[in-house]
Amino acid sequence: MDAVILSRLQFAITTMFHFIFVPITLGLSLLVAYMETRYVRTGDEMYLRMTKFWGKLFLINFALGIVTGITLEFQFGMNWARYSKYVGDIFGAPLAIEATVAFFLESTFLGFWIFGWNKVSKRVHALSIWLVAIASNLSALWILLANGWMQHPVGYVLRNNRAEMVDFTAVVTNPYGLLKFFHTIFAAYVVASFFVIGVSAYHILKKRHLALFKSSFRMAATFGLISSILVFAVGDFHAKEVAKTQPAKFAAMESLWETTSAAPYYLIEFPDTKNERNAVEAIRIPEMLSYLAFGSGEARVTGLKAFAPADRPPVLPVFLSFRAMLALGLLFVLLTLISFIISVRDRTEDNPFFLRLMIYAIPLPFLAAQLGWIVAEVGRQPWIVYGVLRTSDAVSKAVTAPQVLGSLVGFILLYGMLAVADIYLLAHYSRKGPEEDLSAILKSSAGREV
Amino acid sequence: MLFQVIWFILWGVLWAVYFMLDGFDLGAGILQRFLGKTDTERRLVINTIGPVWDGNEVWLLTAGGATFAAFPTTYALMFSYLYTPLLIILFALILRGVSFEFRGKFESRTWRNLWDLAIFVGSFVPTLLFGVAFGNIFQGLPMDAAGYHGNLFYLLNPYGLLTGLFFVLLFVEHGALWLTIKTDGPVSERAARLAKGAWGFLLVVAVAFLAYSYFATNLYANYLQHVFLFIIPLLAVAALLGIIFFIRKERHLAAFWSSCVTILAVTFTGVTGLYPNLIPSSLDPAYSLTIFNSSSSAYTLKIMTVVALIFVPVVIGYQIWTYSTFRHKIRESDITESGESY
Repeated sequence: MDAVILSRLQFAITTMFHFIFVPITLGLSLLVAYMETRYVRTGDEMYLRMTKFWGKLFLINFALGIVTGITLEFQFGMNWARYSKYVGDIFGAPLAIEATVAFFLESTFLGFWIFGWNKVSKRVHALSIWLVAIASNLSALWILLANGWMQHPVGYVLRNNRAEMVDFTAVVTNPYGLLKFFHTIFAAYVVASFFVIGVSAYHILKKRHLALFKSSFRMAATFGLISSILVFAVGDFHAKEVAKTQPAKFAAMESLWETTSAAPYYLIEFPDTKNERNAVEAIRIPEMLSYLAFGSGEARVTGLKAFAPADRPPVLPVFLSFRAMLALGLLFVLLTLISFIISVRDRTEDNPFFLRLMIYAIPLPFLAAQLGWIVAEVGRQPWIVYGVLRTSDAVSKAVTAPQVLGSLVGFILLYGMLAVADIYLLAHYSRKGPEEDLSAILKSSAGREV
Repeated sequence: MLFQVIWFILWGVLWAVYFMLDGFDLGAGILQRFLGKTDTERRLVINTIGPVWDGNEVWLLTAGGATFAAFPTTYALMFSYLYTPLLIILFALILRGVSFEFRGKFESRTWRNLWDLAIFVGSFVPTLLFGVAFGNIFQGLPMDAAGYHGNLFYLLNPYGLLTGLFFVLLFVEHGALWLTIKTDGPVSERAARLAKGAWGFLLVVAVAFLAYSYFATNLYANYLQHVFLFIIPLLAVAALLGIIFFIRKERHLAAFWSSCVTILAVTFTGVTGLYPNLIPSSLDPAYSLTIFNSSSSAYTLKIMTVVALIFVPVVIGYQIWTYSTFRHKIRESDITESGESY
């Protein structure tokens, strides 16, 4: 294997690993901030216990999210030096802004939150977790604007043998990047909601800390229902943006070979990439694909054959990932709707089968998020910057295949080890429940009431 | 021209502040196993840096991000040329980052010893390699039109290793002073003794570094041309002497401040000597990466300047606030009673 394939594999593995922890951070930080706010408002100890319990799980997960993020910044230079040199003028800016504006805020106030329980007033303490939550989401905004630029480059000219930024406003208002941001954060909220619902379901089944976990369940069900509907809504706009700006990716997502007007949608479909057609096409909905792509049943949708084979993304993984993500997305709306209904009616305990199901459903939104990234990144191939720079021209000249192989093996070993430790800790503390002694906090923060 | 110079200075500031801040928590990480004899003492050490280490490390990411945004060619070539050493630094920092969080989660001796080892390795290795990397940058890397002609073993040359040792001693001294002022009882006493004892070694290595730099690098050229610049290395030397002066007077807080100034001034001594290079070529100056031939466009630099001038002071502001919130000494009772600790 050559350095390009190995570098891609390494970037994919390290990014996917990173993105196990990121969505939990984005969503759980908001939920924990809300819980602590409830505590400050009501003074009810249960909310403090709740904040501490989910906060601990949040922190175990957060540590890995942070450290695995550093890897990505390093890799742009280490493995993708030609890319960094070519687009650094425009791509470096959002990354540097992310560190300055968001990452500092997130890291500083997280330390503040962990250690500040006895040091500051309740309100200031709750404020610190809100700052962490806002900063993590702000961080996602800058990263996804950077990624959005790779998908749909705007605000640049090619000169001096590189892409130079000429319009910063265009880069930060890139509709592609903004849609991607909203689609990603809502997906992250679904991940966090399922995590909280699943762990709460476990404890409700065991009839432990019922009030606390029923309340957590309800919060997460509400948050999850809203988020899973919004993922879908934004996803629709996002797909239309893809159809407009990345027709080859859109054609691969839907496995559309021929350019078609009033294109139908097949509920069941399977591509035959060798013969450039679909092996299976069944349950036809007329004009639906044109409607999904351009909001009009008449519209012409570009097919894969309009692109030279060298300019097409790999169809099968993109198509399958997209279909599976869509199906999971529908399932999430259904599951969070049921969760919402049974929790509002206070009937959670009467549905042990559903509760058990929700424990096993915890990994599903993680899976959907990973599939979404496969659609986004594999679908962009063969380009690293769509239409501007090919992935094969982006890899470092100075780095050899054996070097990358070595680092790839290193990452797999290190990350594998960390994953085992992390899952072990998460499982341990999820099962253990909120058993901590809160007297020290209650004593001191009560004395510091503002 | 103006913006490139501004970003060169900012680049120096980011590295200097990073070394000053992460310097003491890397130093404390190196010393944790040796100054903490019992589990509680070791936790004490971690908890002195607990609230701040993460925020400190972001200065590194910002230095990296700023290099990417302001000097993309340097970023691209430096990171790909130094692939293996950066990978080792990265692995070490990853291990260290999770160690703090994971260590305290189980009451098992084996588990905790394992993460203590990770904290040591994760603190020592990056410190040494940052020194080695900067030593090699001061010397210049063997690069020309064909690319880079070195490897990991090339970087471990005598001057690179000496700079690595210099960094280790600087951070150990810095970390020992931090632990002296942030704890009391046996850990503080041991740290104070160590700070006093290690200073002599630091002085010897610092003198050797300054002397060797004259022969191995071109760092002095700028100083000989503009003699007033010698104020920076003189400040470094004065601050270094200040450390032992204040230690002898038992004024450890002042000694720690001297150590902060030492690290800032040492970093700027190197950065000023480099100007206008970011990475000189040891083969042919024509292939040196300078702030002029490797920078972003004026437009990008202008935007980044605005962002930096607004947000860096804000960051400094809330980080100072955090430090002042956690300014008290950490006592054993803090970690055994509150449960709010690593």
